Amino acid sequence: MRWLSRLFEFVGKVGLFSLRVFVDLLRPPFEFTQLSRQLAEVGNRSLALITVSGFALGAVMTLHTRSTLVMFGATAMIPAVQSVGFFVEIGPLVAGLLLAGRVGSGIGAVLANMRASEQIDAIESLSIDSFKFLVVPRVLACVIALPFLTLCMDFAGLLGGFLSEELSSHIAPALYLNRAFDYLQWANFIAPTLKTAVFGFIIGCVSCYFGYTTDKGAKGVGEAATNSVVVSSLLIIVADVLLIKCIFFLFPDTAI
Amino acid sequence: MSETPSIAVEFNQVMKSFGAKRVLNDVSFHIEQGRALCLLGRSGTGKSVTLKLIMALMHPDSGEVWVDQENVVGLGERGLSHVRKKLGYLFQDAALFDSLTLYENLALPLSRLTKKSKDEIDDVIRRVLTDVGLGADGSKYPSALSGGMRKRAGLARALVLEPKILLADEPSSGLDRITAAEIDELLLRQKAEHGTALIIVTHDVHGARRVADQIAVLDKGNVVAFGSVDEVSQSDNEVARRLITE
Repeated sequence: MRWLSRLFEFVGKVGLFSLRVFVDLLRPPFEFTQLSRQLAEVGNRSLALITVSGFALGAVMTLHTRSTLVMFGATAMIPAVQSVGFFVEIGPLVAGLLLAGRVGSGIGAVLANMRASEQIDAIESLSIDSFKFLVVPRVLACVIALPFLTLCMDFAGLLGGFLSEELSSHIAPALYLNRAFDYLQWANFIAPTLKTAVFGFIIGCVSCYFGYTTDKGAKGVGEAATNSVVVSSLLIIVADVLLIKCIFFLFPDTAI
Repeated sequence: MSETPSIAVEFNQVMKSFGAKRVLNDVSFHIEQGRALCLLGRSGTGKSVTLKLIMALMHPDSGEVWVDQENVVGLGERGLSHVRKKLGYLFQDAALFDSLTLYENLALPLSRLTKKSKDEIDDVIRRVLTDVGLGADGSKYPSALSGGMRKRAGLARALVLEPKILLADEPSSGLDRITAAEIDELLLRQKAEHGTALIIVTHDVHGARRVADQIAVLDKGNVVAFGSVDEVSQSDNEVARRLITE
């Protein structure tokens, strides 16, 4: 039972931490300089990883799909399967998990290192609210950047799928795009893409929580990095299930 | 008739525990403006905790901590911000912000806490960096600085807001004697030129003899000796005597 009480304690602490992010987000002064720095860190520096992964995943997925659909004579459906798969589920989820790995560990390690080397105390000693200065811009950067990164992953996946399909069947780009978006409307992928803002919030809050609250010195840096990735990845997967349920409930006509 | 100097920092029956371990036990002392107090004691006797209590980075379990006639215990965010502007803190490992250049490290408090223009900020930073001997290093990142330079840079950041009270946590640790003496000289100059009160945690007895007007020896959570170097060296307490003479 002890693990259960520790679990509740953890959930409560992360919940309060997240609530404080919301409150401080609306309270001046607003840290725009820090936000732009973090957007560059979270967004720009993750772009290569996200697009290359999306491209490779798209190509591989097409190869696998083709071998199955060939048996049913339904290879014309490959672009549609690809686009629906990517825009509705694979893109948001994989982009979220990749960002949890790259950015989550980074945030956890950086903040834990700042705590261990007294940099957070130094910020407080300069009359600067360290929470607003360090945590809020990082969480907000994750929330803003992840939907855009997800779109990059979606289109990179589509491109990978197209190139793979082009090598197999010499399909024309225009035809591929027509078939890809035959079954997909704007409304179909807006909600799944926007749900990644929630993933971003989870990554930001969890990683900042582990980094900002550690008190174990150098040992805490490694722990914060590992815990940030493990817990935020786990929570993203759980949240994905819940959010899909919500999307089906809220948008019954457009959800697929 | 000469004016009595005001009290810069006063501890009044302060207690602080971490879990079951009591680090400070009914500690009381005070230091006047323009004087230098060195806190000596064995490792783990609460010296750094004392500095953090003054800066209100930690809160005591009981007792009062007065900084420039304001009790920081129980102060709200705005009150704390007001008090902290009077304090400078040189951290043990300088605690410079890794992601900022030395110039940006110093510009951060100036741009946020003062209404100085960009040119005025440039002037202040140039002057302070020159004072600590880092005039040509403003564009460097902390990772490119040696231990001594980092200490100087930390000191520069602590001084950039011209604090009334300077707290220094082991300013000479990890430094050779010559560099340590240079840091001590900078601290003494700050005291002499600006009337800054210095509270220095140190294990360096030579440095303490050089800088301190008063010495407080902490042992097992208590101030076991307090006074001038001579007074502490003749103290009844063996730990205090050994720390200052050996």
